[in-house]
Amino acid sequence: MRTFKKGGVHPNENKISQTKSIEILPIPQKVYIPITQHLGAPSTLVVKKGDSIKTGQLIAKSESFICANNHSSVSGKISKIDNFIDASGYKKPCIVVDVEGDEWIDSIDKSLEIKKDITLSSGEIIQKIKEMGIVGLGGACFPTHVKLMLPEGKKADYLIINGVECEPYLTSDHRMMLEKGEEILIGTSILMKALNVDNAIIGIENNKKDAINHLTELSKNYKGIKIESLKVKYPQGGEKQLIKALTNREVPSGKLPLDVGCVVDNVGTAFAVYEAVQKNKPLFERVVTVTGKSVKEPKNLMVRMGTPVNYLIEKAGGLPEDTGKIISGGPMMGKALTSLDVPVVKGTSGILLMKKSESKRNKEQNCIRCGKCVVACPMGLEPYLLAALSEHKNYEELEKHHIMDCIECGSCQFTCPSFRPLLDNLRLGKNKVGQIIRKRRKK
Amino acid sequence: MNILTISGSPHVHGDQSVKKIMQGVIIALIPAMLMAFYFFGLPAIIITLTSVVSCVLFEFLIQKYIIKGEITINNGSAVITGILLAFNVPSNLPIWEMIIGAFVAIGIAKMSFGGLGKNPFNPALVGRVFLLISFPVDMTSWPVPGRFSTSLDAVTGATPLGIIKEGLAKGNHVSDLMSNIPSYFDMLIGNCGGSLGEISAIAIIIGGIYMLCKKIITWHIPVAFIGSVFVFSGILWLINPELYIDPVYQLLSGGLMLGAVFMATDMVTSPMTYKGMLIFGLGCGVITVLIRVFGAYPEGVSFSILIMNAFVPMINKAFKPKLFGETVKK
Repeated sequence: MRTFKKGGVHPNENKISQTKSIEILPIPQKVYIPITQHLGAPSTLVVKKGDSIKTGQLIAKSESFICANNHSSVSGKISKIDNFIDASGYKKPCIVVDVEGDEWIDSIDKSLEIKKDITLSSGEIIQKIKEMGIVGLGGACFPTHVKLMLPEGKKADYLIINGVECEPYLTSDHRMMLEKGEEILIGTSILMKALNVDNAIIGIENNKKDAINHLTELSKNYKGIKIESLKVKYPQGGEKQLIKALTNREVPSGKLPLDVGCVVDNVGTAFAVYEAVQKNKPLFERVVTVTGKSVKEPKNLMVRMGTPVNYLIEKAGGLPEDTGKIISGGPMMGKALTSLDVPVVKGTSGILLMKKSESKRNKEQNCIRCGKCVVACPMGLEPYLLAALSEHKNYEELEKHHIMDCIECGSCQFTCPSFRPLLDNLRLGKNKVGQIIRKRRKK
Repeated sequence: MNILTISGSPHVHGDQSVKKIMQGVIIALIPAMLMAFYFFGLPAIIITLTSVVSCVLFEFLIQKYIIKGEITINNGSAVITGILLAFNVPSNLPIWEMIIGAFVAIGIAKMSFGGLGKNPFNPALVGRVFLLISFPVDMTSWPVPGRFSTSLDAVTGATPLGIIKEGLAKGNHVSDLMSNIPSYFDMLIGNCGGSLGEISAIAIIIGGIYMLCKKIITWHIPVAFIGSVFVFSGILWLINPELYIDPVYQLLSGGLMLGAVFMATDMVTSPMTYKGMLIFGLGCGVITVLIRVFGAYPEGVSFSILIMNAFVPMINKAFKPKLFGETVKK
């Protein structure tokens, strides 16, 4: 079975919520919608305090190249525009909406019927995706339309749809593939048309056999879409690892997937693209897995953006007594939350509650130079060395040892028998070296 | 209200820990230890206990009174050093010499560099070589193995490698000497003279397979080490079988198995990458044969590993892992 070759680890899968169908979470009374929910330049606010808005109405628009539109997820009145803590732990500008009913803007097609015919042209599709504020739903939130606008002279051979979901615990993509398979395949066809490619591969890890079988069956009616089952290995959902696993192409250091003729999108994104293009629906809700060993009712919930995490946890049986850590995302790459009021955004794939006993790190010990981090690193780096260089603030050497290639997957720290905070140090070093590189480019 | 822990990802950890690794190594050492107790009897048990207790005690005392830092004796690494050091001495070594050996291994080779993970040389081997140079007679008089005996006065004799070395030096041919040395089978199970833990090749191999299964070691160093000894000594043997003993004998005799499986694979003092490990093993093998065949000592495993330990930083620099995306496939 296919997988990527270099490095990788196999954390316990703990997909507790994989059999739970997607439930629609009722809209809370108040939502906190961050104005910018993507990677890139901030969006420009187009509404003001006191405005009455409808579900799906544009609230902030894109005015730069790497930027995305943002829409209201609810209808009601904007009671406040202020800064609130988000998943990153920093305060970000949000609009606070007092919810009144759920009135959608008229242009959205609310019918349940699945619309298969793709009538728009390639350019129109990209325009539509941009308009509807679609960003990568795998977690990075890179604006999708930017990926689809190929620079002069570049051509894509493959569209790769990421259904790997290699993070332990998370099941939102899994449920999407089972319940929205047809829509995902149409979304994939739309993306293929936009990119003008003939081949698309949907990569799914083989711990989701039901999803593989379901999509394989459905894909018989779609030209050029192949479903590929992959061996379970973390971090297969990493763009570069997935391309390697599916096409055996290696994205060179510092380059983009397009340099090897690939464009990668998440299954969730494919679904959002379907809704945007076929149903005129902006991206204002997504599936979020609420899970954890102590969670009473682990769930996969369809959630409006801006819903506070607290509200999701309530619906999953409430906050367990011995919760020690709450993570937005999966346990390998997710962010520990500083507050329960953090709103769900486009990049929130899951809320993971960890018990007190699981929350604390073990005490750090001396490096025993076992080399397990080197073996685990999917990028072929030497984490033990990079961590030491970072501790010594030797940024020149760090850059020479390719710190910028680090994808921050955490395999090194996961595998370290001395419990060393390798990724903490790598992240620090990578940030600093990134700053130095940007400063140098400016000169 | 709950107080939440905030830390960077990853938020989960694999099941490996230093303690587990060390425990695994100790388990892997048990077969060889039992064979040593069986063939050398009570003195072997006394020597092993002395070595382990002194290693742990020295580590404790140094951490408590000199470094005044955290006490880490319960991670098991001092126990391993103790067992390996005992494995590298004859069972009739005087107790006080064993204690000095333990002090050199822990105090000088390990703690003076900063403890576990910081030492450039394998502590047990440093201890052994110190003893070998300081007490050459005691370190090279080997009790002839018998069935389990409680007697502390054993008959001493030479090791198979010693017999060959001495014989060849006197101008004898290999074929004349073969009758004086134990059979291959005896050497495989350990019915021959030598240090405590090195005699039984089969027990060491069992321990090695256990460590491979538990992913404590990888095959690279042992295979490169043993393989290069086999090939190099095989070439010499093909050139002149009367002057050089056959490669199978080279594999089964002396400390080769012990060195290749337990000493050269020490994580702290071996290279990081698979490529580096292969080079490291190859170097150990070549130096071992050079010393055995052309050197003054009959055995060269400990010297070869210590010499290669010194090259580890260089090997780590020269043999980097292959970067993802380094070569572009079109």
